[in-house]
Amino acid sequence: MRVLGVVTMVVACVVFAGFLGLAVWQISGAPAPVSLPGLLAVNLEASGVEHPVTAVLLNFRSYDTLLEIGVLVIAGIAGISMARTTSLEDPDLRTSDSLLYALQRWFVPLMLLLAGYLLWAGSDRPGGAFQAGAVLAASGVMMRLGGIPMDFLRPGVLLRLGLALGFTVFLLVAVASALAGEAFLAYPEGFAKPLILVIETVLTFSIAMVLLALFVSAPVNRAQEPEEGERG
Amino acid sequence: MTLWLMAGLLFTPLAWAVLTLLLDFSKGRVVTWLGILVQVLVSLGLWATVASEGGFHYLLGGWQAPLGIELRVDGLAVTFVLLTALVAAACGWHGGLYLDPGKSWHRYFWPLFWFLWAGLNAVWLGGDLFNLYVGLELISLSAVGLVALGGQAEALRAAIRYLLAALLGSLAYLLGVALVYGQTGSLSLAGVATLVSDGAVSSGPVFPLVLMLLGLALKTALFPMHGWLPPAHGIAKSPVSALLSALVVKASFYIAARLWLELGNELGSYVLAQVIGLLGALAVVWGSWQALLQPKLKQVVAYSSVAQIGYLFLLFPLTWGVAGAVSLQAQQGITLQVISHALAKSAMFLAAGNLILSAGSNKVDALAGVSRFLPFSLFSFGLAGLSLMGLPPTGGFAAKWLLLQASLGSGQWWWIVVLLVGGLLSAGYVFRIYRASFVEDSGTDHFYHPPRSLEVIPMILALLALGLGLVSDSVLSVMALPFDEGGAG
Amino acid sequence: MSSQLLYAFAGVALCGIGLFGYIRLDHLLRKLLAFNLMGSGVFLVMVGLAQRGGEPDPVPQALVLTGIVVAIAATALAVVLIRRYYHLSGRTTLAESGPEPKNTPKPEAHPEGAEV
Repeated sequence: MRVLGVVTMVVACVVFAGFLGLAVWQISGAPAPVSLPGLLAVNLEASGVEHPVTAVLLNFRSYDTLLEIGVLVIAGIAGISMARTTSLEDPDLRTSDSLLYALQRWFVPLMLLLAGYLLWAGSDRPGGAFQAGAVLAASGVMMRLGGIPMDFLRPGVLLRLGLALGFTVFLLVAVASALAGEAFLAYPEGFAKPLILVIETVLTFSIAMVLLALFVSAPVNRAQEPEEGERG
Repeated sequence: MTLWLMAGLLFTPLAWAVLTLLLDFSKGRVVTWLGILVQVLVSLGLWATVASEGGFHYLLGGWQAPLGIELRVDGLAVTFVLLTALVAAACGWHGGLYLDPGKSWHRYFWPLFWFLWAGLNAVWLGGDLFNLYVGLELISLSAVGLVALGGQAEALRAAIRYLLAALLGSLAYLLGVALVYGQTGSLSLAGVATLVSDGAVSSGPVFPLVLMLLGLALKTALFPMHGWLPPAHGIAKSPVSALLSALVVKASFYIAARLWLELGNELGSYVLAQVIGLLGALAVVWGSWQALLQPKLKQVVAYSSVAQIGYLFLLFPLTWGVAGAVSLQAQQGITLQVISHALAKSAMFLAAGNLILSAGSNKVDALAGVSRFLPFSLFSFGLAGLSLMGLPPTGGFAAKWLLLQASLGSGQWWWIVVLLVGGLLSAGYVFRIYRASFVEDSGTDHFYHPPRSLEVIPMILALLALGLGLVSDSVLSVMALPFDEGGAG
Repeated sequence: MSSQLLYAFAGVALCGIGLFGYIRLDHLLRKLLAFNLMGSGVFLVMVGLAQRGGEPDPVPQALVLTGIVVAIAATALAVVLIRRYYHLSGRTTLAESGPEPKNTPKPEAHPEGAEV
């Protein structure tokens, strides 16, 4: 009976993949009528950055980016809502790997440097806030595993402020231009490049904070409440 | 003026989310109530503006679609924005009084609440396919966070199941968007619709549309993909359940409806429309049947949601291949159904929360005798039930009336049977609750009396659902051309 | 058939495999891995199909970046939920039947899900 279940599932997934592949094949037969890369190339200088992907992310489709940072902050909030409310010195999370202890002295500064470079490089080659934030978070994870207590990750206002900072700055920039009479998220003339730089920097920091907070808040607390109407 | 209103509408929920993140529950509650006031006023202002001047396109960042993202502020969108404001205001107010300030994790209720509101507005106003995806994810993740807040293992199981289903649905939708972009090169819904209707792209591949509809139907808990809904909506705290049933499941339906109305005529087919309608009909019967059998009060209400969601999917067969006037009737009927269900279901969940608080147990049988102690909440529950049953002059009746006319007008008389049977079955489970609460010979005498304000809120919502049928004309006139372009007047 | 289209078909295959794993696998972390596999497949289809003409197109690349961040947020949320669920109930699947483990939380030093 179980074999029958597995076989039906396999067949169903193969059929699905088949339909999908067929659709891809049919679509690839004709070129697309609208060409966004063309439109992009025309408007690239007006956007303030040289790299087209960064321009799309932080200028043409900046609303998507704003909401997506919001999604990240939500995950962070949900994560810290389940975090241990006492100390963060959980012996479970610290490895006893002496190799790690030794190497992190070399790796962490290099990774911080790499994160800074990725952030700066985003303006005219692949790079940007997310990549830099991910590397920064990874160096934080490494420090945590290596037993370095990071006080700013203790549950409290500072942690929540760090989570929210990048998003807040982005939002303030967005509404500032709206108050000036333009649409939401429209950068004023000539200010595009410095604003994008500021936003990216703060975003890097916040993305790293959210990812790190999610890693650190993994040990869960006992606090729970019974379902409505149930005895605890 | 409209620019200020739009900026306020987009800015307020996100700003308040960040603000309440930094505060504890009690201060967050005060700040939230202030924010609710602001957001309700802004929503009202926008609705009034569109009602008098017609709809418009709002270009984010100042860039024109398809390069940039545009928001479509038409009559239907602002109607839903206003609906969200009303229901979220009620749930936020209720939540502030209902949740225990002593529990430290309740402080996170407010930021999640505001992010949920922001996501909902993003979906109602959205005109860009990928932006709708991000909005859906915003909604899903905050909803899951709210379900899981401080819960035990059962609540977490429900939250995980909800998250897994929601993610699968979003991914299916995203895959469809990827295929559409590959085919047309544009992400703007209006742009794609123009290309398809002009014949600039072949309407051969129907798979992208089917895929997107499947993903969105999973997120809307259409039968048989409804398994995640009853646990999640049943276990969450009452204000959360109210938000989920009233607004969150409607967001994915809204997108599916927009897709169908813009692209369905070319890319859909009769068979597809009828199959979706059939699933909706099965949902009505199955959901109502299950609601009659559930031992827990909130599970009854949750299965009732499954049933009522089934009605919504009658939009698909009633707008494919039918005359323009009939299609308009169907659209108007479905819109009224969404609004009245949102008001009625949130009233029901909030009243159920009061009843459970009072009786000290969430079983239906434990409600025995509560009729003497909480007649107010019980009455709200019943009034909301009237709307679900479709009795005049409620909004539910007006909606069903329009759907009946559309069924007759399109020659698809079989949906009339579904509408009537559904009404009877919903009467069944509403009366079941009433019968349980009027039992006199129970021993329990010690009912806890919740604060008066907690009882007022569901009553207001239920009265709105009741009166919706009376004002339906003015509501519908604002949506004038519900899903069509601009709605200029 | 250009090389870009090959990426799209690879994405199709990943979607199929990921879907199978998502539905069949019971362990929650494995379901999550299958979801990530499907996500990668969708991203491949998005970029591969859009760039089938051979010209690089920055828009789907930006969309995929956004999609990756959203997927990370969703995965992280799922992991936190699964861990909390495990700590509170001792179970790693959503199945309600089966031998009921003791309903007390596991001690902290418990090795994390020996199966994975």
